[in-house]
Amino acid sequence: MKYASLVRLVIIVGLIGLIEVMCRTGVITRFTMQPPTLILRDLADILVSGRYNAAIAKTLTNSAIAFVSAVVVGVAAGVVIHGVKLLREALEPLFATYYAIPVLAFYPLLIILFGIGDAPQIMIGFMLGVVAVIVNTLNGIDRVPRVLMKTARIARLSRAATARRITLPYAIPFVLTGVKLALAYSLIGVIGSEFIMSTGGMGFEISFAYNNFDNATMYPLIVLVLFTAIGLNMIVRRWERLVLGRRGMQ
Amino acid sequence: MHGPGRQGETHVRLEGVTKVFRGLGRGRPDVHALGPIDLDLAKGEFFAVVGPSGCGKSTLLEVLAGLATVTEGTATFEGRPIKGEVPDGVGVVFQEDACFPWLTVAENIGFGLRETSLPAGEVEARVRRAVATMGLDGFAGAYPSQLSGGMRQRVCIARTLVLQPRLILLDEPFGALDQQTRLLMGEELLKLWRETGATVFLITHALDEAAMLADRIGVMSARPGRLLEIIETGWPADRDSRIIEESAFGAITAKLWRHLRAESLKVLGKGTDAA
Ligand SMILES: Nc1ncnc2c1ncn2[C@@H]1O[C@H](COP(=O)(O)OP(=O)(O)OP(=O)(O)O)[C@@H](O)[C@H]1O
Ligand SMILES: [Mg+2]
Repeated sequence: MKYASLVRLVIIVGLIGLIEVMCRTGVITRFTMQPPTLILRDLADILVSGRYNAAIAKTLTNSAIAFVSAVVVGVAAGVVIHGVKLLREALEPLFATYYAIPVLAFYPLLIILFGIGDAPQIMIGFMLGVVAVIVNTLNGIDRVPRVLMKTARIARLSRAATARRITLPYAIPFVLTGVKLALAYSLIGVIGSEFIMSTGGMGFEISFAYNNFDNATMYPLIVLVLFTAIGLNMIVRRWERLVLGRRGMQ
Repeated sequence: MHGPGRQGETHVRLEGVTKVFRGLGRGRPDVHALGPIDLDLAKGEFFAVVGPSGCGKSTLLEVLAGLATVTEGTATFEGRPIKGEVPDGVGVVFQEDACFPWLTVAENIGFGLRETSLPAGEVEARVRRAVATMGLDGFAGAYPSQLSGGMRQRVCIARTLVLQPRLILLDEPFGALDQQTRLLMGEELLKLWRETGATVFLITHALDEAAMLADRIGVMSARPGRLLEIIETGWPADRDSRIIEESAFGAITAKLWRHLRAESLKVLGKGTDAA
């Protein structure tokens, strides 16, 4: 395992090094892309100067709202849908085809509904993520062993207490799979819609820089988005490893 | 009657209890799992059940626990009918591993206590005592995945016993334990039974365990499970595992085996010796 991470690191550093060399030797022109070292320097510049702090804050806040509400609503909906058999039979086929729909295509409709504030962007991020959380919550609750449900009845727990103290804790490793997806989707949804129609945020700034051939801004911001997504994902994965480790599931 | 149950006050009463699992869908036959069974458990007695595999022992326990409804007959606990509702004062140790994998040993044991109105200090004290009694010292902070199967089962036993139920139902609780631990855990159970005066209903596949622990032993037939015979052991209440040296012990085990051999052969589809 340790060895595999070393190889992974070598591959990544190697690829970045390759791009660096190609940029420096002119195989990739400056109009196309900056060398990675320059991108990092520009990124440091941007962060120190605080020029894009408002955009960064807006994107992160909106993504966070989309993510948290996708998780909260998704878990709650998962519990309720699991409890109502008819509802589940009605909705399950819809969940199965949900990700065949390009939610972003509905963006204009959402603007009509919610106006041009932050709401449509948050909505897109939420809609992308919530179903992943619901589906994985259902999957986790399905796996609760019957004997644990009997134990809940012996302890005379109410339905709510059973969900809180037994069903959901058991399902957490599965829910976390949904949480990881919701995290990625909330960023995709928010930044993606900033690209299409918005007047602020990292997505907007990237597309603005693109239209102005401003590579010194565009690439650092792209890299920042990349770092943010990876960093947040690593936090959730660390939590996941802890949970799985305790249960001997690794 | 022997042991604390000798007052003879009826604690649990089963009258004509029958359980038929309805076949799901067309062409699937109904499964007559159990009964009819008539049985009275005296308050504070230790009753053991032996029977061939699949004869309905766990089903009987679920009826007593209020986890399963009866198809026919009535079951009452402390004078009130059990109707698919878990009565207050009943504790169950299941046949399967029922540890919560996300909780530590101590948290598992304290699970039910947290629902009660006991002060936190009392909860902690009871958990600590149970950890020691069950031989889990040093593992209070461990997770079930770090324990052996037998240790996990002891956690489940402790989790039930700390609640001090008036009726304790145990479904092959020592099945995952080695013979030595099984005998010693049996002694612990006897000690707890004497201290609490609870009524104990124990399912076991180990004849020596039934013979050593119980006041009375019910022998069940092959499915549909009925009570073939009830054997009184006549042990004093303050018995421990050393009674296995007594000649009466051998006689009881032999008698149990005589009944069970024929029934178990039926289950294996080999008929009886006579056939
Ligand atoms: N939920 C159920 N639906 C249908 N049939 C069931 C159900 N539960 C148990 N049975 C059937 O009832 C019979 C008795 O099962 P039970 O689990 O009570 O047996 P047991 O005596 O506890 O067996 P073992 O000693 O192997 O634990 C079996 O034939 C089983 O297949
Ligand atoms: Mg059983």
